[in-house]
Amino acid sequence: MNLLPAAVAEVIYLAAAVCFILALKGLSSPRGARRGNLLGALGAAIAVVTVLLSTDFRGANLAFVLGSVGIGSAVAVPAARRVKMTEMPQLVAIFNGVGGGAAAVVGVIELAEWMGTEPGAVATTATAFAILVGSTSLLGSILTYFKLQGTITSRPIVVPFAAPLMVAALVAGVGVGVAVALTGNVWLGVVLMAVGLAFGALLVLPVGGADVPIVISLLNAFTGLTVAASGWAMSNTLLLVAGTLVGASGSILTIAMATAMGRSVTGILFGALKGGSTAG
Amino acid sequence: MSGITILTLFVLTAFVGVEVVSKVSSTLHTPLMSGANAIHGIILVGAIAVTAHATEPWLIVLGSLATLLATVNLVGGFVVTDRMLEMFSGRPKQPQRESEMAGDPR
Repeated sequence: MNLLPAAVAEVIYLAAAVCFILALKGLSSPRGARRGNLLGALGAAIAVVTVLLSTDFRGANLAFVLGSVGIGSAVAVPAARRVKMTEMPQLVAIFNGVGGGAAAVVGVIELAEWMGTEPGAVATTATAFAILVGSTSLLGSILTYFKLQGTITSRPIVVPFAAPLMVAALVAGVGVGVAVALTGNVWLGVVLMAVGLAFGALLVLPVGGADVPIVISLLNAFTGLTVAASGWAMSNTLLLVAGTLVGASGSILTIAMATAMGRSVTGILFGALKGGSTAG
Repeated sequence: MSGITILTLFVLTAFVGVEVVSKVSSTLHTPLMSGANAIHGIILVGAIAVTAHATEPWLIVLGSLATLLATVNLVGGFVVTDRMLEMFSGRPKQPQRESEMAGDPR
C-alpha cells in the first residue's frame, strides 16, 4: 500500500523493539509480568500494521496475506484460550515450532526470489542458518508436544547408531549449509530443510519426559536465533533485534531452568546417548 | 545496512537480552519462556514482506503458509502467556511464594 515512507517505518520498528525489551524486563518480575506481556503484544501489533502500510503488494498478494493472518488468528486464539493449564507447555512448544517453520519457509522463499541476482555471501549464509535451525526447531518442537501429550513414550528413545547418525546429520547440515551459502540454490535450500528436520528429531528423541520443558526452552532460543538470522538476511532491524533478544534471554533461561532442576543442558541432550539416564 | 553495523547491533542486543532476564525468579520461568516465544513470532513481519512481492504461484502459496504459521506463533503466544499470568495472579497467595518473592529485589 505504501502509505508510510521507509524512514517512518524504521522509527516505528525501533519503538516496537523497545516494547519487546520492556516486555522481557516486565516478564522477569512478578509485579510487571502481565503488563510486560501486553506491552510486547502492543509492539507486535504496531509492527504488523506498519509492514502492511509500508510495503508495496503485487496483485492480489495483500488478500492472501490478510486471509492467512485471519485464519492463523482464528486457529490460535481459541487454542490458547481453551487449553487446560496442565497442557500449556505443549501448546507453547507447538507455537514455538510453527514460528521456526515459518522462518525456514521464509528463507526458502528468499532464495527463490534472489535467483538471478547477487544477494551477497552474508545474506545467503544467514538464510542457510535460518533454514537449518528453523526446521530443527520445527520438528523438535512437534516431537516435544507428542512426548508431553503421551502420544509417544516419554522415556528416552535411542535409535540404533544414534550418536554416529547425529554426527552425520550435523556434518550434512554444515556441508549443505555451506553449499547454499555459496550458490544460493533454492533446491539445495529444500535439502537443507530436510537435514534440519532430521537433526531436530535426533536431538529431541533421546530426551526423557521430565527434561522436556528445558528442551522446549532451548528450542525457543533456537527459533530466536533463526529470526535474528532472517533479520540479518533481509536487513530488517526489528527481526534482528527481536530474534537476538529471544536467542540470548532464551539461552540464559534454559541454563537457569536446568540449574533449578539440578540438571546440566549437555547431560539432558546427550546423557541417553552415552548410555547414562536422563530423568524419565 | 553494512555488515559491521548489523554485527554491532547483534552483539549489543545479545547483551541486553542477557541483562533483562538475569534476575528472573524461578516461579516465572514458564511465563517468561512463553512470552519470549511470542516475541519471536514477529517473523510475521518478514513473512508478510517476502509474500508481498512474490510473483510465482508456488511462492505465493509458500508465503501464505509462512504468514499463517507466524500468525499462530505471534497471536497464540501472547494470548497463552496472558492466560498463564491471569491464573498466577488469581491464585491465593501462599506464604511459601511470598518468601520467594521477598528474595526478589523488586
